[in-house]
Amino acid sequence: MSGEVAVLGAGMHPWGKWGRGFVEYGVVAAREALADAGVDWRDVGSIVGADTVRGGYPGFVAGATFARALGWQGARVASVYAACASGAQAIAAARAQILAGLADVVLVVGADAAPKGFFRPAGGDRPDDPDWLRFRVLGATNPAYFGLYARRRMAVHGDTLEDFAQVKVKNAAAGALNTNARYRKAVTAEEVAASAVVADPLRLLDICATSDGAAALVLSSMEFARRHGAADPVRIRAVSTVTPTYPTTVLDLPDIATDSASAVAPADGTFRASIARAAYEEAGIGPEDVSLAEVYDLSTALELQWYEDLGLCAEGEGAKLLHDGATSAGGRVPVNTSGGLASFGEAVPAQAIAQVCEITWQLRGAAGARQVAGARVGVTANQGLFGHGSSVVAVR
Amino acid sequence: MSRTRTPVVADWFAGEGKSFRLLGTRCSACTCVFFPREDRFCRNPGCEGGALVEVALSRRGRVWSYTDGRYRPPAPYASDPELPWEPYTLIAVELEAERMVVLGQGAPGVSVRDLEVGMEVEVVPGVLDEDGETTWTTWHWRPVGVSA
Repeated sequence: MSGEVAVLGAGMHPWGKWGRGFVEYGVVAAREALADAGVDWRDVGSIVGADTVRGGYPGFVAGATFARALGWQGARVASVYAACASGAQAIAAARAQILAGLADVVLVVGADAAPKGFFRPAGGDRPDDPDWLRFRVLGATNPAYFGLYARRRMAVHGDTLEDFAQVKVKNAAAGALNTNARYRKAVTAEEVAASAVVADPLRLLDICATSDGAAALVLSSMEFARRHGAADPVRIRAVSTVTPTYPTTVLDLPDIATDSASAVAPADGTFRASIARAAYEEAGIGPEDVSLAEVYDLSTALELQWYEDLGLCAEGEGAKLLHDGATSAGGRVPVNTSGGLASFGEAVPAQAIAQVCEITWQLRGAAGARQVAGARVGVTANQGLFGHGSSVVAVR
Repeated sequence: MSRTRTPVVADWFAGEGKSFRLLGTRCSACTCVFFPREDRFCRNPGCEGGALVEVALSRRGRVWSYTDGRYRPPAPYASDPELPWEPYTLIAVELEAERMVVLGQGAPGVSVRDLEVGMEVEVVPGVLDEDGETTWTTWHWRPVGVSA
């Protein structure tokens, strides 16, 4: 397909709580991706950074920060903020530059040093900010929304706490095999059940942590890849960055209410489902073609939701797909072979890039003990606060 | 010293007792309803925009989902770190006439054990927190038939 770009290199800084700055993590990941690609930093035509808050600076700066740390070499630069979708949108910006002929090789970097505990809005009184309002008026943390989705699934689809726990068991088993993961220990359903309730019905082990970490990719035109000796690289075939369609009828972070559907009929399907649909349409594939998926398991219950939104099973059958073993190692369509956010935790600007790193290694057949046999098509899915869709399809 | 009773956000709710209501706005061109109130632009992409007029939302609805907060949320949620944390309940309520879901805290004493998806609840006036001069008021959802 003419719209493809090559993934020449992938790199990560291991995730954890390291107590250092995001620039350090990003540079480690960037150098690893460049080395993996066999590309000299001075030959990179553009750098795109997925943004984080730069300490002490009232703004979001990343692209130029990484470029300076790697050594100014005159590359084109962009910085992208889209909350949890920042990484995917940075990939989208890089891809657009390559397809437009503005750059042959683009370095994409996302890194963060996350705060401990709940994510919280920036300081000051900001009553026109929905994110500030949900904390001030309701004390509604991110896990509170995850709890609402989980309880809703229990009521509508009959999901159980045991179903949710099995997602953690599966992802922890995968993460135990991944040297970049923060948590590398098997977890049992009993341990999930014994962990403290954070937001009913979800326990501590149902909810992902916040982490430090970084991920980077070197993307190029297909022509550059051929000249560079990469005859059969992993290719990115689609990047979905869609917004919702009015009226949205599923209560979502950070909103206090949904849109009203009294005057305008809602479109078929939810926003999350439309993110995947756009990616599949752009890639010219369907869910039946997918070898593996990396999805945002902010909570165990949300991973089951993504199975349905990605079309891996029918609505309401996420728990059945899990219990059938389809999404586990060796199953029909393994999900979160990296270990997912359950094993990594959130480093917001890095995580959508990290998903594509995992897909890249899997499609190359280089994922070691986590390898999905014969992987040909990988899809990622996440959703950024304030209406940022995010899904990437990569093929080999 | 008596504190001033002030809504935590201006113009999101009004009234006392049975006449207490959440306040949204309705577009006079396309009739779309907004809560929290939208006073600048109608967000219906198919609407060129009409005047946005204040409208009271339905007093009752049905539980869409619910959860609670077992750990103290960060600022700007106000709570005294010296006092033991008391979990609050959050209830997402589906309003039939407006066909929308509105999140709110449960009334004091309502725990997740008292709730079920589909249960009928009503909006009641409540207190969010108090500081030296001000009692910050808010809305609460309370199961119908339960008195405060």
